[in-house]
Amino acid sequence: MTALTLLKVERIKLFSTRSPWWCMGAAVFITVGFTALLAATIRPGDLGDLTPATTQFSYNFGFLIMMVMAILAITTEYRFGTIRATFLAVPNRVDALLAKTAVVALLAGLVGEAAGVGAWALSKAIRPEAPLALDNAQDYRVVVGVGLVYMVAAVVAVSIGLLIRHSAGAITALLIWVLVAENLLPAIPRVGDTIQKWLPFTVGNNFLYAGQQVGQDNDATPTNMPFGAWGSLLYFAVVALALLALAVGLAKRRDA
Amino acid sequence: MIEANGLTKRYGRTLAVNDLTFTVQAGRVTGFLGPNGAGKSTTMRMILGLDRPTAGGVRIDGKRYTDLKEPLRHVGALLDAKWVHPNRSARAHLRWLAVSNKLPDKRVDEVLGLVGLTDVANRRAGGYSLGMSQRLGIAGALLGDPGVMLFDEPVNGLDPEGILWIRQFMHRLADEGRTVFVSSHLLSEMALTAQDLVVIGRGRLIAQTSTRAFIDAASGSSVRVRGPELDRLREVMASGGLKADDTPATAEGPAALVVHGATTDAVGELAGRAGLVLHELAAQRGSLEQAFIQMTGGDVEYRTGDPALAPVAGAPSVAGAPVGVPGQPGEAPASQWTGTPAAARKADAR
Repeated sequence: MTALTLLKVERIKLFSTRSPWWCMGAAVFITVGFTALLAATIRPGDLGDLTPATTQFSYNFGFLIMMVMAILAITTEYRFGTIRATFLAVPNRVDALLAKTAVVALLAGLVGEAAGVGAWALSKAIRPEAPLALDNAQDYRVVVGVGLVYMVAAVVAVSIGLLIRHSAGAITALLIWVLVAENLLPAIPRVGDTIQKWLPFTVGNNFLYAGQQVGQDNDATPTNMPFGAWGSLLYFAVVALALLALAVGLAKRRDA
Repeated sequence: MIEANGLTKRYGRTLAVNDLTFTVQAGRVTGFLGPNGAGKSTTMRMILGLDRPTAGGVRIDGKRYTDLKEPLRHVGALLDAKWVHPNRSARAHLRWLAVSNKLPDKRVDEVLGLVGLTDVANRRAGGYSLGMSQRLGIAGALLGDPGVMLFDEPVNGLDPEGILWIRQFMHRLADEGRTVFVSSHLLSEMALTAQDLVVIGRGRLIAQTSTRAFIDAASGSSVRVRGPELDRLREVMASGGLKADDTPATAEGPAALVVHGATTDAVGELAGRAGLVLHELAAQRGSLEQAFIQMTGGDVEYRTGDPALAPVAGAPSVAGAPVGVPGQPGEAPASQWTGTPAAARKADAR
């Protein structure tokens, strides 16, 4: 079975149910809509703060929705037994699961691009006078690079889904990790700051925001991170792939 | 052909499947019979490479399932009709299966027609009745036109029409030369569907034989005979060395004799030589249920202890090999079934 065949199979599976369409629509709509709201209501005096980086600060909305979609793409297969049908049709589980991960990650990447570029473009349309021109690599990275962060995050999400195999459990684990653990661990005295610099989603976020401050006293983007922008993305990707290798390896050994 | 060899599955301290060795022949419907929880589904999942055997292995036409290229072209399986995403249409479900094994799209329409789902193919599968789901599952199994087919409890929960449809379908598949392996805990269903049986209880093989031999061996052979002169008939039987018991008249028929350990040929000839008129001469076949309970003995989870079901001559050999019965070396076995269940269990314990 060729890789192309397997990608086609997973594409048919994903798009022949309705929930991915809803997730994709919601991810783009909420992310872009929230930025548009901000751009439309910003006080004229603060207009100087409306930079390309600011248009992306709500990327977490769509990002979480797409991660939930990625989890559901795998856990619903376990829920409805279609994973067994999949393994009967494609006994090479590693190939089948990697194809699914690839399709889901690619889709998340495209949605991330649509949300990122859409949020920036709509802001520019609403506030043509704001400093929203893409002048340098940093500006391009924060607007166009969002898709890459979505993509890596989707790999993390598929891995969590594959490890836990239950929708509710996997989504809860993801939300606790992203929203609670990465925010609370830095509060531990003495070692908290060091821990924070190595938390995967914090590092992933650094890919977008390295070298620029968004808002005032933004603790979510610490300074003196261990890696630069691209190094941060690489680190995030390595963590995601390690998690994926663990999850796929386990799925290969476990009874389906 | 399916060959299982020493197939074993252990969950923690529980042995779900214990050293199972059997073969399933092509061109016949082979029933996989056992009470609930006997390990039938686990065995089927191991045949299909979904579960990993703790020991032993199973081969389909000489190959492991996971080594098959485009497996749907070799093996079709219906383990659970609900293995479909409820929001996906039947056509989309079959389509991704077809694409995965490089089967043409028109094959999807063909199998939908074969199982009679063409009109509802674009409706979401979650809204299907159990019978329709079962048909969709069969459509999926037929997709690659495979030579080996496995069905796990296919008639469970179906209405009589659905049961009849499935039964005829299996026979057609076997007549086309395919290997058909179908599990059930419904003994009466297997008596009608299967020509061969693989019987298991608590994960162990109890018997592998033809359905006919299974019933014959377990129920013993007795003949019901009736004529106007019952008393003379009884004397003639006794003089011929046959033991005959009276059965009183019931709602099902008038009083008659039941001759044990004889064939209709022998009884008819004895009566004919004595010049006796017969009104009825029929072989009495035990039900598969009776046979099953006798064969499985201690391997059935719940027993009644009803003396009517006490062992008679003829009991299972283990793993298909005849088990010698101590003290009865001269007895020629009518089939591969010899000895009593107790003897068989003893032999098994060795």
